[in-house]
Amino acid sequence: MSPIVAVSGLSKVYASGFRALNDVSLEVRRGEIFALLGPNGAGKTTLINVICGIATATQGRVLVDGHDIVTDYRAARAMIGLVPQELTTDAFETVRATVSFSRGLFGRPRNPAVVERVLRALSLWDKRDSTLMTLSGGMKRRVLIAKALAHEPQILFLDEPTAGVDVELRQDMWQLVRGLRDSGVTIILTTHYLEEAEQLAERIGVIDKGEMILVDGKDDIMRRFGKRSIIVRLQAPAARLPESLAGYALALSPDGTEVTYTCDTTGPDTGVRALLGALDAAGIPFADLRTKESSLEEIFVGILRNQS
Amino acid sequence: MNLYGVRAIYGYEMARTRRTLLQSIVSPVLSTSLYFVVFGSAIGSRMSSIDGVSYGAFIVPGLLMLSLLTQSIANASFGIYFPRFVGTIYEHLSAPISAFEIVAGYVGAAATKSIILGVIIIATAGLFVPLRIDHPGWMILFLLLTATTFSLFGFIIGIWADNFEKLQLIPLLIVTPLTFLGGTFYSIDMLPAPWNRIVLLNPVVYLISGFRWSFYGRADVSVGISLAMTVAFLVGCLVLVGWMFRTGYRLKK
Repeated sequence: MSPIVAVSGLSKVYASGFRALNDVSLEVRRGEIFALLGPNGAGKTTLINVICGIATATQGRVLVDGHDIVTDYRAARAMIGLVPQELTTDAFETVRATVSFSRGLFGRPRNPAVVERVLRALSLWDKRDSTLMTLSGGMKRRVLIAKALAHEPQILFLDEPTAGVDVELRQDMWQLVRGLRDSGVTIILTTHYLEEAEQLAERIGVIDKGEMILVDGKDDIMRRFGKRSIIVRLQAPAARLPESLAGYALALSPDGTEVTYTCDTTGPDTGVRALLGALDAAGIPFADLRTKESSLEEIFVGILRNQS
Repeated sequence: MNLYGVRAIYGYEMARTRRTLLQSIVSPVLSTSLYFVVFGSAIGSRMSSIDGVSYGAFIVPGLLMLSLLTQSIANASFGIYFPRFVGTIYEHLSAPISAFEIVAGYVGAAATKSIILGVIIIATAGLFVPLRIDHPGWMILFLLLTATTFSLFGFIIGIWADNFEKLQLIPLLIVTPLTFLGGTFYSIDMLPAPWNRIVLLNPVVYLISGFRWSFYGRADVSVGISLAMTVAFLVGCLVLVGWMFRTGYRLKK
């Protein structure tokens, strides 16, 4: 099946001379959730802005379902809904009016039934006659999503959908994104939270300093680069570890109080239970244990090392 | 053609007018009416008529033009500046809507508002001064052309401005003085030489002269020149706004 978004050789140099994107190519598959992962300033938002028409590309080409975003922008943009990163809303308009406005702006006839359905899906129906300035940040974020969905797009861009959002709302947001995907909408989101990409995405593109350094299935990326460490604090410092534990590739801290075990998180058994049993059997009682996931930075380091 | 998009922008702007009825309609009508009361009824009775037109009636086209210019510019410039200022412009830029359609929505709404305002002011003026309209067709033509042209000019200012001060700069420091000096309160042949020649460099002279001709059949310059100047300014604005959208000037990153 042809990709729904095809980016080829895209570069963007801002007027200041800053090169935000450098020869980026990417294909997003129909109906998937695709996460663009990268640190702040990596070029995630610039890439979205170019595809959606907010920024112009210096070089390269983007096709949205076969429509060129420059020469055939009407067809391309009609398919896209964009939720920007910042909470940019009007102040004095009502929720219902602003969502209806978005539908019209995107060239669709008035349809109160669709607007109602979108507002209900986002738990905004009770707030339909409230003015935007009276809403909380979380509600405004929902309004932006409602505006993006008002014209029933087939592709939804979510730029940092959960930046600055509390835990509960983040869960709601993830639920919502999955629901949209199930209804057939292709979703492209940017995030700098590894967890978010892990929870939602089927495929992940890792972008850094304007370059797409890796595009792969989430499971493959996690398998290749995601590691979990289990740190076991011992009751008494150990000078060295007995031979019976050699198979676990443990690392003993310099002061002898902690043992670090690195495990594969994707396998059926992490081996933690066996390790704790073996420690017990070797007469090394443990006091406590904690886990540590690879941070995004560590994954980046892993990917970059892997590249070179 | 995205007519639903044009209608959405137009409707949004007209809703903004309704929300701010006091400042957008009532206030300009009131301030213009004050001129009619002071110059038309109070002082006007002591001033000699100009070419057989009483002074109060003489100043009506000029004052109307002043309101049309300032209000068209204010409406359209704020209309497009506000979404740029708060950031909601992202939606216009990402929508399947052409530059021409965006302009049609904003400028159409700003011009509509100015025309409504103009009609109310004419009606109000009729209460205070002996008003007559010799060439109603021309009057309507000038009204429509001026409202459209200066709404377009306001739109350009709204894109050019990158702060609120700049938004006010041209209306307050250029348009208002040019209108006052452009023959609102006098006929330019009342000016001494060389001012009666220098004043012809002021484009607003042509607007007011043509507009006054449509009311009383007298003009400082020929009505054809007035019309040509208005159309030339309209075309100039269209070219400029076309360039702004083509290059993404202050709109796109």
